Amino acid sequence: MTTLMKLMTVLEFDINKIRSDFPTLNQTINGCPLVYLDSAATSQKPQSVINAITEFYTSQNANVHRGRHSLSEQATNLYEQARDKMAQYFNVFSNEIVWTKGATEAINLVANGLKKRLDKSHTIMISPLEHHANIVPWQIVSQQTGAKLVSLPLNKNGTLNTLECCDFIKQIRPTLLAITQVSNTLGNITDLSPLIRVAKEVNSLVLVDGAQGALHLKPDLRKLNCDFYVCSSHKMLGPTGLGVLYGRYEELNALDIYQSGGEMIDKVYLTHSTYRPAPAKFEAGTPNISGVLGFSAALDYLNELDHGKIQRYEQKLFNYAAKKLVMIEGITIYSNLSDNIGTLCFNFNNEHPYDLATLLDGYGVAVRSGHHCTQPLMAHLGVNGTVRASLTFYNTFEDVDIFIHSLKKCIALLD
Amino acid sequence: MTNTFKKVTESIKNAPAWQQKYREIMLLGKTLPILPESLKIDDALVPGCESKVWMFVEFDLTESSLVVIGDSDTRIVKGLLALILALYNGLTPEQVIKIDAYEEFEKLGLISHLSPSRGNGIKAMIEKIKTMAQQKVL
Repeated sequence: MTTLMKLMTVLEFDINKIRSDFPTLNQTINGCPLVYLDSAATSQKPQSVINAITEFYTSQNANVHRGRHSLSEQATNLYEQARDKMAQYFNVFSNEIVWTKGATEAINLVANGLKKRLDKSHTIMISPLEHHANIVPWQIVSQQTGAKLVSLPLNKNGTLNTLECCDFIKQIRPTLLAITQVSNTLGNITDLSPLIRVAKEVNSLVLVDGAQGALHLKPDLRKLNCDFYVCSSHKMLGPTGLGVLYGRYEELNALDIYQSGGEMIDKVYLTHSTYRPAPAKFEAGTPNISGVLGFSAALDYLNELDHGKIQRYEQKLFNYAAKKLVMIEGITIYSNLSDNIGTLCFNFNNEHPYDLATLLDGYGVAVRSGHHCTQPLMAHLGVNGTVRASLTFYNTFEDVDIFIHSLKKCIALLD
Repeated sequence: MTNTFKKVTESIKNAPAWQQKYREIMLLGKTLPILPESLKIDDALVPGCESKVWMFVEFDLTESSLVVIGDSDTRIVKGLLALILALYNGLTPEQVIKIDAYEEFEKLGLISHLSPSRGNGIKAMIEKIKTMAQQKVL
């Protein structure tokens, strides 16, 4: 990379400042500087997120929506402000945001909430790109209700053909289309707009798995026009144990309750109860308050950065990494090299990804190996597993250089 | 502990850097006979997350000592499996129970391979062998 190119990157995006915000990144593993390429599994957290959690337990701890005392009022305000921030991030209304314990729970909430409406005359449609979390809940609901479960066709290379998929949706007319915005394994971005347009024409509900897309693509959910969108805090710089369900209000409020208990009720009699409207009726019990406040700081952090700049930087980084990886003899890349959030899914000859990932760890390079919770996709690609290196805006060009250099050394060790 | 184990671990212990350690482990894996495809059955799979490990634990004809055979689809796990085989093969159940595999892995600087996050089933292999031995002793 030329000095001029490096300079331009710095002017565009202050990567040194960003790296100093993430304490985890500044450490050595096995005596080497950590090169963290596993952000698709979980992102690292900026100091402000860590501070927000510490501050909550140090000086703000109280339960929300209950006490009349000052601490509780303050906690409630902060908790609800976080909901507002999430709503603004997605350009939706605050009462359309439900806090869950993760993206997985958010999908389960919708699946269970729709169950009573489904029978064998209905069809649920998924794609072969889905994470197990967007497959298994629908299999169970399908088994319980008799609703059919079908899958969209997938190109050999792991991308969805828009025209083919639109035709398929028109033909099947599913009750619900549950589809991922970005493949967690490949990083491939699916252009969902045409699919959702057709799905709406045939009155299908649409749930979008945004676990990978929410951070990198910052979607405008009004424009996307889906009915449900799920994501998880920990993949968006926030703490673990917190997820988000967006639901178009009337569809959200129409879902049956998933879990019950305190907080979600309106009136409780000994024999029956009435429930509060959404989102409250889906947030039974004391919520993950510290998680929400930590995530609130993560959203502040993201809002302070120009998202356009983030995306441009991530694309440059990805193109740089892809070019270098392609040049290594014996490497097969499964990811689409355009329309990708920054994930490189690959294998080296017939070597087991486990060996490569284990050896890379020796050089301080953190990647994922295995089936990435997408066994149907692995079967489609004809492999048992892959290595996955996933980039995020806090990674550097130097990270990529170290990764490629280390990978070559690991390959030599296998000889 | 068997003499084989002492012999095979010598080079791992003496490896000056982790790269050589892994090289030795992978070379050790290569010395294991390849398990015939007909024996790579699901029933023989050791529950691990990522790598496939097939293992058979039996007693010899005189019912006095342990015979362990196995294979894996990864080089590193196969090497670690070879270590385990060298550690336990030919021992009586009483001897098996007395061996602390964790201590042996620790001595070789390989203890991190027994961590659950590795998902390599090494821990499960050791448990399977120990359980067999314990049942025999009881």
